Amino acid sequence: MSTEPKRLAAEAMLSALPVPMGEASWAHHARAKARARLLEAGAPVWRDEYWRYTDPSALTKPLALVEDSDGAGVPPVPDLGLDAGVARFVNGTLRDDLSSFGGEGVAAAPLAEILEQDITIAREVFAVLEEAGQEKVDRPLAALNTAVARAGLMLQVTGAASPLHLRYDRVGEGATFYRHVVRVEEGAEITLIESGSADNTVMEIDLGPGARLHHIRLQSEPSATSATHIFARLDANSHLRSFTLTADGALTRNECVMDLVGEGASGHVAGAVLVNGASHCDNTVFVTHSAAHCDSRQVFKNVIGGEACAVFQGKIFVREGAQKTDGYQISQSVLLNEGAEFLAKPELEIYADDVACSHGSTTGALDPTAMFYLRSRGVPRAEAEAMLIAAFAEEAIAEIEDEALAEGMRAEVARWMAKRA
Amino acid sequence: MLKIQNLSVKLEEEDKQILKGVDLEVPAGKVHAIMGPNGSGKSTLSYVLAGRDGYELTDGSATLDGADILEMDPEDRAAAGLFLAFQYPVEIPGVGNMTFLRTALNSQRKARGEDEISAPDFLKLVRAKAKDLNIDADMLKRPVNVGFSGGEKKRNEILQMALLEPRMCILDETDSGLDVDAMRLVADGVNALRSEDRGFLVITHYQRLLDHIKPDVVHIMANGRIIETGGPDLALKVENEGYADILKSVA
Repeated sequence: MSTEPKRLAAEAMLSALPVPMGEASWAHHARAKARARLLEAGAPVWRDEYWRYTDPSALTKPLALVEDSDGAGVPPVPDLGLDAGVARFVNGTLRDDLSSFGGEGVAAAPLAEILEQDITIAREVFAVLEEAGQEKVDRPLAALNTAVARAGLMLQVTGAASPLHLRYDRVGEGATFYRHVVRVEEGAEITLIESGSADNTVMEIDLGPGARLHHIRLQSEPSATSATHIFARLDANSHLRSFTLTADGALTRNECVMDLVGEGASGHVAGAVLVNGASHCDNTVFVTHSAAHCDSRQVFKNVIGGEACAVFQGKIFVREGAQKTDGYQISQSVLLNEGAEFLAKPELEIYADDVACSHGSTTGALDPTAMFYLRSRGVPRAEAEAMLIAAFAEEAIAEIEDEALAEGMRAEVARWMAKRA
Repeated sequence: MLKIQNLSVKLEEEDKQILKGVDLEVPAGKVHAIMGPNGSGKSTLSYVLAGRDGYELTDGSATLDGADILEMDPEDRAAAGLFLAFQYPVEIPGVGNMTFLRTALNSQRKARGEDEISAPDFLKLVRAKAKDLNIDADMLKRPVNVGFSGGEKKRNEILQMALLEPRMCILDETDSGLDVDAMRLVADGVNALRSEDRGFLVITHYQRLLDHIKPDVVHIMANGRIIETGGPDLALKVENEGYADILKSVA
């Protein structure tokens, strides 16, 4: 239940942002319901159980949207090893002149246009998966996104689509919100890459039977403050593979909420976190097994230096009847020095009696014996550390199925270590 | 070449003196062996020389070609030409053996102001050295020492030694855990590296390794000191009579 200050803070966030106008009545209605959800839950505060390890105050400041920009001076889109179409967003606007995407197997349209029309698949997914994801835990920042976000894409994938890179850039000060709605139809497949930073990003992913979605995300803006949510619904035998590399960033909260609703679905979410200085990165995952014979996997590796802090909250929730569930969760951290901190909260909640679920979490320094061994062969300390850090992060990167993308992520890890040295 | 004088070392965390004034000099071109009962300080001596953490120097010195090595970081000692073949080679998951070997070699070359070796030249070099030690391509591809048998780990140590071409090689119980054939392979690898300008310090429990790597000088270490020094015959005497008589005669 919301307390008055939480509600007031939510109101303040809403009133700083424009109300989307001119949309179809269903969309208007969905937005209104999201506003009500947000006001009911209130803005998150540190006292909330779900925010115990991460102070949300930097994410709940009322912020006006950033002004439009001509996009001059935005950096080139990073090459993450895979040829991909690009949907480039600058200051909350999809820039057709800087974008090139589409092709066979995918219908892509700006979300704002979709919300002005009455399109069934949009109605079936937009706000629906977000709302469902609030069943067990309040996710007010996602409700805020549903209430106000206009920039983003609606993707309907019907075949083997080309990879698509969603790129976010910001020129100047102010908030950016992005919302993507992705429907992958039966047997279809796509790889989505995200890079850049935004204050608040939500992606709703609806996977039809046998559909496959690979999601790779790079978060590497040093001063970024961002809250992200993925809400995924996995039908029978569908696959979701999501990997995020977070390299620094002032405050990052990544929530991944997936529901395995069809038998044989497989959802894997992995992350490598490299944080230094005063960075704070929180990966919060909530996996619900609603159907039998599904597997889920959460693999997170954190490398923490300086006064930085990494958080992992991971839950596997197995509904009654979801027999033969195979749920796995591991979070491991290397602390590079004394001020570094890792906080983990693994949870299992199981209402089926024939399941295999496991979780583990470890924290420690780099193996001093291995350090000595490398240095005794002439490898300087910094380089020995870099080798061991890369080896540690590799266990998360190995979750990426596409070798070219994995190689791209390794290069980002190397870049972070070079910057640190 | 390697000159150790009155080397005295205690544990950092504990008030326990391990080395109590070790004096030892290994000239270039010679093989010295150190034998001694368990707990005599043999392995500690090798760790202290290589620069492992956890020890505190209380007195004495150790120099390599006149340079004080105890002041150096482990990587600088390696670049100066010191090499320790570990009794228990360390497993490093996620780091490929080839990457490790190339990084080590190039780090040392860089530290000495030499050019890095090119990838094709390195590959050629490793393959040649690995062949001599019966190390197959699979062992080179796997993560460092992970899943290696005892014999494979020791051969991997000798491979590193052959690649890095150190001035001074310290072998810490290289024979432990090896069967006769594996020991011969390792000993052949070491013997191939014997040369006029390279010194060896071979630490071992048993005489049998010294049948294959013939030492010029044998030292007996006990209770943190060298208590007796002699020729190869001294090792045979230990093998036949044990340490008891030597320990008694010193006491």
